[in-house]
Amino acid sequence: MRRMETARSAPRPRKKTLTPSRLTLFALVLPCIALIFAFNYIPLFGWLYAFYDFKPGIPLSQSEFVGLKFFRLLFEDKEQLATVLINTFGLGILSILVSPLSAVFAILLNETASNRFRKVVQTLTTLPNFISWIIVFSLATAIFSSDGMLNGLLMKLGWIHDPTNVLADPGAAWAFQTAVSVWKSLGWGSIVYLAAIAGIDAELYDAAKVDGAGRFQRIRNVTVPGLMPTFFVLTLLNIAGILSVNFEQYFVFNNSLVAAKIETLDLYSVRIGISTGDVSFGTAIGMAKSVVSIVLLFLLNSFSRKVRGQSVF
Amino acid sequence: MRRESSIAFNLFNYGIQAVITLLCLYPFYYILIYSISDPQQALKGVSFIPRGWTLFNYETIFRLDNMGHSFFVSIARTVIGTVLTVVCSSWFAYAVTKNELYFRKWIYRFLVVTMYFNAGIIPWYLTMKELGLKNSFLLYVIPSAIGAFYVVLLKTFIEQLPQALEESAMIDGAGYLKVFARIVFPLSMPIVATVAVFASVGQWNTWMDNYFLVSSDRLETLQLILYNYLTQAQQIVNSSNMQSLSRGAATRVSPESIRITVTMVVTIPVMLVYPFLQKYFVKGIMLGAIKG
Repeated sequence: MRRMETARSAPRPRKKTLTPSRLTLFALVLPCIALIFAFNYIPLFGWLYAFYDFKPGIPLSQSEFVGLKFFRLLFEDKEQLATVLINTFGLGILSILVSPLSAVFAILLNETASNRFRKVVQTLTTLPNFISWIIVFSLATAIFSSDGMLNGLLMKLGWIHDPTNVLADPGAAWAFQTAVSVWKSLGWGSIVYLAAIAGIDAELYDAAKVDGAGRFQRIRNVTVPGLMPTFFVLTLLNIAGILSVNFEQYFVFNNSLVAAKIETLDLYSVRIGISTGDVSFGTAIGMAKSVVSIVLLFLLNSFSRKVRGQSVF
Repeated sequence: MRRESSIAFNLFNYGIQAVITLLCLYPFYYILIYSISDPQQALKGVSFIPRGWTLFNYETIFRLDNMGHSFFVSIARTVIGTVLTVVCSSWFAYAVTKNELYFRKWIYRFLVVTMYFNAGIIPWYLTMKELGLKNSFLLYVIPSAIGAFYVVLLKTFIEQLPQALEESAMIDGAGYLKVFARIVFPLSMPIVATVAVFASVGQWNTWMDNYFLVSSDRLETLQLILYNYLTQAQQIVNSSNMQSLSRGAATRVSPESIRITVTMVVTIPVMLVYPFLQKYFVKGIMLGAIKG
């Protein structure tokens, strides 16, 4: 893509002189810059709140500067911090562990002889990706709650005697949340792998065939290696995003019974900052998380440069 | 090639894909048949066929006074938000392909880096409040007007358009805006459609802004109504809303049937449009993959 950019701007003027048409162009871009600044950069100034003892109603300028007090507070409540970190990393690691499923699904789709069957499967399995988490939550309630469809069916069949509510079962919370997230993203996630498979040189397959490789050998020796670069990049991005994974999902599925198992850093920050109204502490939690995330992203990027000689972004 | 293993593999492959597809589809099928079942009979359990066909549930929820209005709010934010996103993002994308733009590279980077950091929810909340967007319709449509990912997609496409057309229009005296509106934008339709599809589904599904920053009923979106119904299901049946229905109706509905029917109403627009738009999504994600 970079190459294209330079090709287009080939006859490059030495200096950008001031001309009316250029000034108009710049003036017409200014509103866009203002929008980007307002909604992406101004929130960063909100981090200042983490260093003041802010009370709603009193302007920040008149609030007391407390330095790192709230960051210390975050580490003082060790039990709470431990719970939240365990949940964040536990759920995050589970979601990374199941991420190869999309690649496997893409391989299965790719090995389907019937084009029409594949198209239908692909279209239908991406549907869950396009609905909001609220709808997912509603569907899950309809099916899995105590008076939901599944309990009713199992009781009718006589397989169970008492309904179980998996939505309120802390022991099953991680597994259930991971399953729901796989349900929502499996089909959609496979598209990018299908694109990667489509980009594999067909000659490699032909050569493998000539060498007498069967279907499994072709998958193992051509398709899987062809998918690795994509998988590698996506996994690095997933690891970089581990601290902020699936906020909306856990937010809607959260309830007092499973809170101890699905309250992640983001949820903790929102609970403190918005629900309890302790803006400064909530901001401090969120800020600590964002800073660690960015550092993680850069670390992984330099790791990627070393391993593959290429940046992730 | 061993024939038998191939047949076994095909059976396994088709079988597992069929199972996955059914798992993806069944919840939607379930709410569909539940929503057209008689509420009282449905309480006894519905699994594969509806019990007693009726459109009663739909009639009921559309008589709730906030439903129709919320539907309108959701449609309005989807349409206006999508138009704004498409126009602003593609204009910005066009402008940053122009060498004549001062600080072109820096302006583009200024946007692209926003993909990699996020101030967090509370700073976002405070900023929106400070900017006066609390309890305002503008909150739904302005912050999303320029999306970094969309601009990257659009810019990549615009860069490969032939320059000759643009240049001849410029020689004829057309300004940048005119060239953009008359030439670049129409030529970019394939990618504009992709962005429009992403943006509209995103708008339809967004509810956090509504949840955290809008308390006015007048601006309540369908998603939030559904969320409220889910979190306070029992209350609805007793609410003033329901009492405004005829007495016979109020005894017939159940919280489940209301909740499920609302879910259906929120899902239907997405279900109706997405199969037709699937190819645009795929195009978007492929371009994104190449770019990323």
